Amino acid sequence: MKVNGFAHPAPSDPRRLLSDHLRHDLGLTGTHVGCEHGVCGCCTILLDGAPVRSCLMLAVQAEGHEVTTIEGLAPEGAPLHAVQQAFHECHGLQCGFCTPGFVMSVVGLLEQHPQPTDEQIDEGIAGNLCRCTGYASIRRAVKRAAVLSAPLTPDSSTPLTPDPSPLRGEGANPPT
Amino acid sequence: MSTRWFGERVQRAEDDRFLRGKGRFTDDIDEGALESVLVRSPYAHARIKSIDVSAARALPGVFAVYTARDLPFGGTDLPILIPHPNLTHGRTQRCLASERVRYMGEAVAFVVAENRAIAEDAAELVEVDYEPLPVVITPEAAERAEHLVHDDVPGNVAAELVQEKGDAAAALASAPRRKHLRFRYERGAANPMEARAVWARWSEHEKKLTVYDSTQSPTSIRGGLAVLFGLPESQVEVIAPDVGGGFGPKIMLFYPDELLVPYAAMQLGRPVKWTEDRQEHFTAVNQERGQVHEVDVGYDDDGRVIALVDDFIHDGGAYTPYGIILPIITAGQVPGPYKVPNYRVRFRDMYTNAIPTSPYRGAGRPHACFVMERTLDTIAADVGIDRAEVRRRNLIQPDEFPYEVGVGWQDGNMVIYDSGDYPKLLETALEKLGPRPAGENVGMGLGMYVEGTGVGPYEGAHVQVLVSGKVVAATGIPNQGQAHATVWAQVVADELGVDVTGVEVTSGDTRRFPWGVGTFASRGAVTAGNAMHVAARMVAEKAKKIAADHLEADPADLELAGGAVRVKGSPQRGMPLGAVAVLSNPVRYAFGGGTEAATQFTPKARPGPPLADGEEPGLEATGYFSPVGSAWASGCHAAWLRVDPKTYRLEILKYVVVHDCGKIINPMVVEGQIEGGVAQGIGGAFYERLAYDSDGQLRNASFMEFLMPYATEIPKIEIEHIETPSPLNPLGVKGVGEAGVIPVGAVIGSGIEDALGIPISEMPLSPLKLYELSTSASTSTSTR
Repeated sequence: MKVNGFAHPAPSDPRRLLSDHLRHDLGLTGTHVGCEHGVCGCCTILLDGAPVRSCLMLAVQAEGHEVTTIEGLAPEGAPLHAVQQAFHECHGLQCGFCTPGFVMSVVGLLEQHPQPTDEQIDEGIAGNLCRCTGYASIRRAVKRAAVLSAPLTPDSSTPLTPDPSPLRGEGANPPT
Repeated sequence: MSTRWFGERVQRAEDDRFLRGKGRFTDDIDEGALESVLVRSPYAHARIKSIDVSAARALPGVFAVYTARDLPFGGTDLPILIPHPNLTHGRTQRCLASERVRYMGEAVAFVVAENRAIAEDAAELVEVDYEPLPVVITPEAAERAEHLVHDDVPGNVAAELVQEKGDAAAALASAPRRKHLRFRYERGAANPMEARAVWARWSEHEKKLTVYDSTQSPTSIRGGLAVLFGLPESQVEVIAPDVGGGFGPKIMLFYPDELLVPYAAMQLGRPVKWTEDRQEHFTAVNQERGQVHEVDVGYDDDGRVIALVDDFIHDGGAYTPYGIILPIITAGQVPGPYKVPNYRVRFRDMYTNAIPTSPYRGAGRPHACFVMERTLDTIAADVGIDRAEVRRRNLIQPDEFPYEVGVGWQDGNMVIYDSGDYPKLLETALEKLGPRPAGENVGMGLGMYVEGTGVGPYEGAHVQVLVSGKVVAATGIPNQGQAHATVWAQVVADELGVDVTGVEVTSGDTRRFPWGVGTFASRGAVTAGNAMHVAARMVAEKAKKIAADHLEADPADLELAGGAVRVKGSPQRGMPLGAVAVLSNPVRYAFGGGTEAATQFTPKARPGPPLADGEEPGLEATGYFSPVGSAWASGCHAAWLRVDPKTYRLEILKYVVVHDCGKIINPMVVEGQIEGGVAQGIGGAFYERLAYDSDGQLRNASFMEFLMPYATEIPKIEIEHIETPSPLNPLGVKGVGEAGVIPVGAVIGSGIEDALGIPISEMPLSPLKLYELSTSASTSTSTR
């Protein structure tokens, strides 16, 4: 099994869930467990690039596959991935518990629909529960992520580079 | 005060670690901890005849199995957190039940093992012989008292409280018009995405207990553990690390695990952890709501309320650890933003065989709001005016503050509204809502609320400038997503004239700040926010005093700006804050960081001892804020919604929120609180329902069947802020954490009644419930 680009030995316990294996055997605690029955989406990871719920898989089932967790999106010290950056700019997270699952789902969504419609956004995040945000800021984050991920075009009027200024929270006026 | 950061949409300082998967929640902490499981009662009411743990203890890998008799505190009732003279029959559970269980999920035994799988296997080997007893599950059944939850509590009544303003009975009798109305609001569940968890370690060498707990009140947990284990408080550290949502139930203490996990860690000499799973969360964590109101209202021909008499029963659950705060809040908030000249309210807090109730976001307010708003809609229909007009005629006017409601409040004071502009809220909401959309089965929902926020007793904060110039700040209350690290930094940065990114905030860690109460009741911004303001201002004054000596200037002529203390009008005459921090601490030994400037042979700025009488070293201060009373927030929600007449699917076409939480520290954060609150309100009003059967079994204890809304159920929310500053605190802020959720039930109920023409007097609704109501309405000739 490859996790975030690194090969790992097979899990020793055949009963181990993939979510528990990632969290407790590999120490990748960014993958969260909110319900353990496949409804909340907190444990979403990418399996060969597609979002799946790691609480509904045994770790041994991931043998021979590429797993990407939240920790694998942006290496330590590197800038945030476009989806992560968009969640930051749009206040797409509060307590942060559901956030890794949402981010991984949105990475998968934008892979499928690089410029998603409103309906595609709702559908794309409708496998993840958030109890804090009411989803409004997450929808805005998906749209922003689509902009940040889009290839540069000459007539683009939206800034394509992340803005590091702390004063650029969602809805802020541009600095004068 | 500089307003450079206060009021700005500052992006959150805490985001980066969460986005990179580096958040630290309690279950993320391992460090070789043993794992534990609680054995819980499958019955809602039963006598325990015997408990046999021998097979569980014999399982390889099991370190300990505890029952009540194995605990030195096993025979002690857990505390009543908030005693009240009218709580005449308060009862609390014991850490582990040994004779009787009174709700499904009550803890009976505690298993500690090498790992979770072994602990769960062992828990299944614990044999408990139960004799089931009759179950009381609804508040109405509790009132009938055919069976008792506690043998020594007659009538199942834990508490009764009657309050009156004016002469309600006489006013009602002489009112030109009268109605009797009944409202029913069922239990609800908060369900934060992170369930609860506790991790503990005992250091025999240091005689020190360290506990990580997903709690909303680490300071109270610390106090309780120190008392229980006979330790000085300095030897108990409690940290609420990243907490994945709270919404109220995590303010409850002590859940059994909060005592058992530290105890086991001390006994076994190994770290021990316990992590709740979701099904367990449904049956073990406090719930809220569950009230039945009988209302008599008298009014005149113009729709003005003359008298309101509300007699309600409150489903307290099996025990009353949280006292009677919830029904007190409801009783205090029924009149809402309206003038009710004669008001009598009686409640009885009833025992039932269900999980105890304690605050969940809104904490008794959604019920109060539902009662008053639905009552006003009924009055409007009766006198033939529209629903906005009936509110307009009854609202408290802006020149009537402070306004005394005439009943008591949850902090022991009376309910006194400090400020607000209720007519402006209503008119702005109506304007934003716009005209009725075309189509059939469309209804308008309307609801107004007030919310007493920022209750005491107090919070504190510590602010320090390091010799590097960096600022660190800490408060006792923990964070569950409210952006404390950002908004406190804004408050502190303004006082110290530094960049907001130069302030690092710690919250909910007793090692950094040991005093305070907790995060609940929309109180963080008011209490801890103002404490930060007070502490930062003290630091600023101290910095001016120290710098004045060295700059040979009058402190009154100095200002803090650009990370320095400088002379007003001549900014080149100044010194960086870090240099002031160095001078604040006279040293013998320079230890780097520029501290040689404060050693003994450097030129003195003034004669006398290095620390004058009354001076303390360090550019730091501890400040507190203790409010005289609640800061009253308010708002108006309005919506257009459509209900499918065949499937009863709910479609919210437009949802408008106009609210007033006083001065806003960070609008982005406030909007997040409102949007999240409304979504939770919509879930509680139309999708989520705790399905208890008559045996007290919760039949839908999973996310498969307890339907929390996804993005597909939640509409876009349009928000407008109105700011009337609270006169009761220096920052002029009011709380906003619960604002979004309070009127949603009233709005949805009002809108559905308008859309379908069927009377709505209960919560929650659902497509099935609407089908039943429609069917019974069409077959019945009588109305309410």
